[in-house]
Amino acid sequence: MENAVSEGGRPEQPERRRVLGFLVGSGVMASLVSFVYPILRFVLPPQSGEMDADTAAAKANELAANSAKIFRMGNRPGILVRTADGKYRAFSAVCSHLNCTVQYRQREHDIWCACHNGVYNLQGGVVSGPPPKALEQFEVHERGQEVIVTRGTRT
Amino acid sequence: MALMLQLRDWWEERFGKDLFSFLMHKQVPRHRHTIWYYLGGMTLFLFLVQVVTGILLLLYYRPSPTEAFESVQFIMTKVQFGWLIRGIHSWSANLLIFTAMVHMFSTFFLKAYRKPRELTWISGCALFFLFLGFGFSGYLLPWNELAFFATKVGTQMMAAVPVIGKWLLTFFRGGEEVTGATLTRFFGFHVAIFPLLTTMLLGAHLFLVQYFGMSTPISVEQAHKDKPVPTYAFLPNFLLRDIMGWYIALGLLAALAAIFPWELGVKADPFAATPAGIKPEWYFLFLFQTLKLIPGRVVFIEGEQFGVLAFGLGAAMWMLVPFLDRKKEGPLRRLPAVIGGVIVAYIIVMTIWAWRS
Amino acid sequence: MRRLLSSFVVLLAATSIAGAQQATARPPVDNCRTCHAQLDDRLGEPAKQFADDIHATRGITCASCHGGDPGEEDMAKSMSRAKGYRGVPTRKEIPQLCAKCHADGAFMRAYNPSLRTDQLSQYQTSIHGKRLAGGDTRVAVCSDCHGIHKIRPASSPLSSVHPQQIPNTCGRCHGDAAYMKPYKIPTDQLAGYKTSVHFEKLSGGDLAAPTCVTCHGNHGATPPGVTSVERVCGTCHVFQEQLFDRSPHKAAWAPLKMSSCLTCHGNHAIQHTSDVMVGAGKGSICMTCHSESDNGGKTAGRISVALTGLDKLLGEAAAVLDSAERKGMEVGEARVTLSTAREKLIKARVDLHTMDGAHVEETSKSGEKLSQQANQEGVQALAEYAFRRKGLALSLLAIAFVVVCLWLLIRNLERTSAGEEAGRSPTS
Repeated sequence: MENAVSEGGRPEQPERRRVLGFLVGSGVMASLVSFVYPILRFVLPPQSGEMDADTAAAKANELAANSAKIFRMGNRPGILVRTADGKYRAFSAVCSHLNCTVQYRQREHDIWCACHNGVYNLQGGVVSGPPPKALEQFEVHERGQEVIVTRGTRT
Repeated sequence: MALMLQLRDWWEERFGKDLFSFLMHKQVPRHRHTIWYYLGGMTLFLFLVQVVTGILLLLYYRPSPTEAFESVQFIMTKVQFGWLIRGIHSWSANLLIFTAMVHMFSTFFLKAYRKPRELTWISGCALFFLFLGFGFSGYLLPWNELAFFATKVGTQMMAAVPVIGKWLLTFFRGGEEVTGATLTRFFGFHVAIFPLLTTMLLGAHLFLVQYFGMSTPISVEQAHKDKPVPTYAFLPNFLLRDIMGWYIALGLLAALAAIFPWELGVKADPFAATPAGIKPEWYFLFLFQTLKLIPGRVVFIEGEQFGVLAFGLGAAMWMLVPFLDRKKEGPLRRLPAVIGGVIVAYIIVMTIWAWRS
Repeated sequence: MRRLLSSFVVLLAATSIAGAQQATARPPVDNCRTCHAQLDDRLGEPAKQFADDIHATRGITCASCHGGDPGEEDMAKSMSRAKGYRGVPTRKEIPQLCAKCHADGAFMRAYNPSLRTDQLSQYQTSIHGKRLAGGDTRVAVCSDCHGIHKIRPASSPLSSVHPQQIPNTCGRCHGDAAYMKPYKIPTDQLAGYKTSVHFEKLSGGDLAAPTCVTCHGNHGATPPGVTSVERVCGTCHVFQEQLFDRSPHKAAWAPLKMSSCLTCHGNHAIQHTSDVMVGAGKGSICMTCHSESDNGGKTAGRISVALTGLDKLLGEAAAVLDSAERKGMEVGEARVTLSTAREKLIKARVDLHTMDGAHVEETSKSGEKLSQQANQEGVQALAEYAFRRKGLALSLLAIAFVVVCLWLLIRNLERTSAGEEAGRSPTS
């Protein structure tokens, strides 16, 4: 800011200019800090860590064979079934009839909706009752101590 | 201050006085149209905001159809100040295009494209089209319902280009339909290809502006035939005003992001029916509305094709206006301004019409 | 030459085989239909209708039911008694006539192996069948429900026995007070059913919704006994039936021959349920038998409080989330919690069939907890929104401060160096 040197100006101008310059400088500095602070907080990953595309539905041996668990998949419930031979299957737990949450039946080895007696098999297909469509099936992977459920690779 | 002087000396011992001296002595003409000079810097500022917020978003965004929406949701809800960064990015995109339009039209009406600044104008127009490309490609990235169908409709237009239409469509969509491949491709455009092109063009554009200095409007030149046009020093006067404008813009962006948060919408379902009333973003509305109004056939050309050709021709003529506008005297010398006025009015009317329907 | 000849022979053989196959695929000769279709009066109508009939598409001719010889063109020869022609069958004869094919398993297997063949035996157990056997020809026979010459399979929406058409088909007689007068049974079933939630679902396209035949049977149609109806309700409303069986009402009502389901919900005009039906207030069904102060009434009151309390909390939580969402805050997770809470309310409404206040409260309390959680998350979202606005105000103040200082600085600079500006040359 050197080329606007005062010549024949009023004596208090340089003084005021210095004050103003200081104010502007510190104002700019402060505002830069106020921009940097949110950016710094942003770049540090949040506590909840990983994004929910992979859902850790259960721990490795949490489910016994021939049992199931309801877990949260994004914003809807999902059901993780461990079949009698120890394999995992996962589906959307939202019944295609009227959106009630389904459950696993241990005796019949099927998935059942208590609202109107809709029955699904362990491929998610409709066996009997009012549901019009099969349950959406998810992919299950075992990774270390966790059972991960993902939406799969459909586009 | 002493520190600044020391730094300057350090620099001058190595690079010489030229760069500093250039900046120190740069002058900006001062007249009643000077206010328009700020728009270029404002556009640049908003673009830099986009670059910074865009890079920050890049730390969390995932460009696949199964994760894109969820990653933006994650940014909005879980990441600290994620809502702010994303909100500023979305709002600044719109402000950027608006400011770029005003900048472009103001230089047009002030005839800043006349010799020797033809290349500045052409590079500027190219930059504007790049910004539109940024807007179109970025809009799809959250992979929500509105964006998906707007992209479907928008890319469909490309098929109307004669001869290469089908090929263009497949190139941009990454396939026959809008799918995850389109998302990946648009992401590549948005964060790599367009930025690269912009860097090159922007570098050229800024260099040319510095090289030739600010253009003085014809009316001002004529009023100062025998005396020099008064000027501002770039440093500090003009720059301080620039900075004032940038701060106000920043404040506006923060307010918009906090008071009118950018919606996330509903995740796209490619198999769902197209919802009613799908519209592209506002800066494409006038194109959209025009195409809707063109009759099915114009002479022997299909309606949509005619529209696309007309726009292409219009864009080409717009870019070449420095070579078309030669008349300094005579009744035709006002023609470019009149045409420009008609274009602006047309854009405004069409945009409002499309918005209201 | 030899090659040419042999290929010609092969070609000839192929075309004749194809021609022969075509011949067998052609529908059988049915001169009855051909002649009658040319007539314009009541003798021609059936023949014209028969074109749409499923029997016609399967190659069954007029003679299959009416007898005679469909291959003959001469009227006397085709409609001769000697050839088995029997004319229009009487109403009493119809069930046996249809059963001639439809009760013959081996015969039907060639047409559709999964079709049942017990319709006649079922019909004979029905009220219609019994009365017909007793000489009453006003009751329904096969043709009354299925049609005569325009019979379509039940899965076709155009069939008179398609689920969505059943109420009207049964209602043609049972809803006609004049026709039903001799039988002295109610005729308001159709009108009642049309106001019901089941009819609403049926008309809306849910073909699994119950129609007349779901509860009464189709061929073996009988007014259901007390036990059979609730078992029918229980095929869809499983939990309600199971829970009711454990309730005190079951044991109390059985000797009184009061139905488990119908007593509170009605039979044909089953309405949407609401929390108003429970408790001690106006519109409560409990108060039909109980008084507010007896054990039953007290339990009813307790259940009502549990349900309405949870409903209210759900409403409040939803309002908070809506408000937050309108302000642009993301509340997806809270909505999940809320929908789980809402499911608890649905479960509580099912649980009330135990008539056990504690049981219902257990469910409703867990629902309340979830609802409050969702509410809390909504409140947090609103607080975050307020925080953002405050943060914004602060930052705007800071920015305004900087802008003002800049402006003052510029003014200061320019006032002083006003003299410097003149004389500088423009750069264009």
